[in-house]
Amino acid sequence: MSATTSSDPLSLRFESLARSGRRALVTYMTAGHPDPVQSVALMRALQDGGADVIEVGVPFSDPMADGPVIQRSSQVALEHGVGFAQVLAMVHEAALSIPVVLFSYLNPVLAAGPEVLVRASEAGVHGVLLTDLPVGADPEREAWIGAGPLAFVRLVAPTTPVDRMREIARHGRGFVYLISRLGVTGMQANVASDLPDSIARLRTATDLPICVGFGVSTGAQAQAIGRLADGIVVGSAIVQAAERGIDAAHALTVELRQALDNI
Amino acid sequence: MTAPALVRDRFGAFGGRYVPETLIPALDELEGALDAALLDPTFDAEWRDLLTHYVGRPSPLSDAPRLSELVGAPVWLKREDLNHTGAHKINNTVGQALLARRMGKSRIIAETGAGQHGVATATICARFGLECVVYMGEEDMRRQSLNVYRMQLMGATVVPVTSGTRTLKDATTEAIRDWVTNVRDSHYIIGSVVGPAPYPRMVREFQSVIGRESRAQMLERAGSLPRSVVACVGGGSNAMGIFAGFVDDAGVELVGVEAAGEGLESGRHSASLSRGTPGVLHGSLSYLLQDGQGQVYPAHSISAGLDYPGVGPEHSYLKDSGRAMYVAVDDGQALEGFAMLSRLEGIIPALETAHAVAWIAAQRGRWASNEPVLLCVSGRGDKDVSQVREMGILPL
Ligand SMILES: Cc1ncc(COP(=O)(O)O)c(C=O)c1O
Repeated sequence: MSATTSSDPLSLRFESLARSGRRALVTYMTAGHPDPVQSVALMRALQDGGADVIEVGVPFSDPMADGPVIQRSSQVALEHGVGFAQVLAMVHEAALSIPVVLFSYLNPVLAAGPEVLVRASEAGVHGVLLTDLPVGADPEREAWIGAGPLAFVRLVAPTTPVDRMREIARHGRGFVYLISRLGVTGMQANVASDLPDSIARLRTATDLPICVGFGVSTGAQAQAIGRLADGIVVGSAIVQAAERGIDAAHALTVELRQALDNI
Repeated sequence: MTAPALVRDRFGAFGGRYVPETLIPALDELEGALDAALLDPTFDAEWRDLLTHYVGRPSPLSDAPRLSELVGAPVWLKREDLNHTGAHKINNTVGQALLARRMGKSRIIAETGAGQHGVATATICARFGLECVVYMGEEDMRRQSLNVYRMQLMGATVVPVTSGTRTLKDATTEAIRDWVTNVRDSHYIIGSVVGPAPYPRMVREFQSVIGRESRAQMLERAGSLPRSVVACVGGGSNAMGIFAGFVDDAGVELVGVEAAGEGLESGRHSASLSRGTPGVLHGSLSYLLQDGQGQVYPAHSISAGLDYPGVGPEHSYLKDSGRAMYVAVDDGQALEGFAMLSRLEGIIPALETAHAVAWIAAQRGRWASNEPVLLCVSGRGDKDVSQVREMGILPL
């Protein structure tokens, strides 16, 4: 399905960005980090700083796709007793005007029960992205999520062959999340050299907007990637800034916004 | 929306491939290489040659006269402890290293708990000249320091894992992170019948040599199939390997023995099948120790090799289908099993194996005097002797 025919808030946001020739800034934060109260303030600060979409991470005890920064933030959130219900309560309390995408591993979602997608939608969540549920891994549960009220955002990796990219795009909504390089989440000094090639191949496979994440942390990287893709996802850098304070995370968001708008 | 292509290798509802997208092409490649190898007589010949002349197979089937007397039924011991490196783990690492070589991978990653799988991986990597990186929880490195030194002697790099509970669960998570990062030149040798497809099937395939040999040996030496086959279950590879030989024999009972740690009621145990609920960890859906929020509980067992909150998906299937039964033995009983096999048969078992010994020893009267019981002695206890001695356990 194509982004231009959908009317969900995520697709509408990307359509309006495309009309004005701007790139999407997607910022990640772990719900419950630095602590549950500050998390709500952080969501608002990211929105105020110019984020287009907020990815809200659901903490998990064994985050195999995450590097040290997000691992640590998940651990902190779990120590604060943050579970699925608390994550949704934070999103609800933040009452954002921009779309929210839940970023989770599958197990906490399964544990939250069959009503979880509807509850998330009612709390103000618009999309869901599951790190360990690749296309084809579990058709039954993928169909359950695909038929629910949230846009099911799917991931593409540098190792994904182009015919599989097409398959993934067919099952995705909202945007396609392109992992910029091999490895786990975390900040990197350089943009992967094969990224332009990956983006070009993905373009041939989908009309959905393409957002690039994993390793993006600076304004310069945002610009380099923003020239090729429809948006960027910044995770570990935001989480690390949030450890210094909400103001630091806000300042980084503003810097990334300006960089993207000055391409 | 068309349904995505079905993934093979489900065991009923269990199994699957719950991994980051980056790994999917590598799992496809591995599955292709495995299926081709299993049909290729050259691969089979290479594998068998190594098992015979390097590992020392077939492993013997020993009778156990004094343990049999205690139990009241003939107990037979499948001696995986006599393999090179002292456990069943090497059956799998030889097979996977051969596959890695065929796929042109020059670097091997492994996780280890007790260190036995790490040692078995380091061993075959030395033999094949492959780079070897082993992730091991800091806590396990302390418990099994001799195995750390063995791996290093054979040229492996042992990376201490300091996240989470610092045991096998976290070492596995860390090994997966390495694999996601270095997937183009690295093969991840998982040490048990866990992980995403095709790992559970592949590891069972390589371990099923235990079951095939012992079935033939039982028919030859005992003159009949066993009434019961008993094995300890951590991830479940020695159990799956020996069960594989008997799963089609309806009259043979299959018993897996989990670690009850400080007791099933204490909350400090590793009995995923006895006390867990279905959930997703490390790439597959299986019984799992987890809280109501889907967060994985830290496991506990006196034996590092059983100290894992998950279990292979095929065991979950065998449990739910009723084909196998699963029981649990606590730390104290395992120590008694350790001392008992040492004293009665002159065989010092691994603490993992000692759980299965203890369960059998406690079942006097369960079997008639003509019903043979087959026990998988998954490994030898040399690695555990100093830990047990430090605990002040006196000879019986
Ligand atoms: C001797 C021995 N037995 C059993 C196990 C448990 O593994 P599995 O359940 O995969 O056989 C281990 C693991 O390290 C081991 O070293």
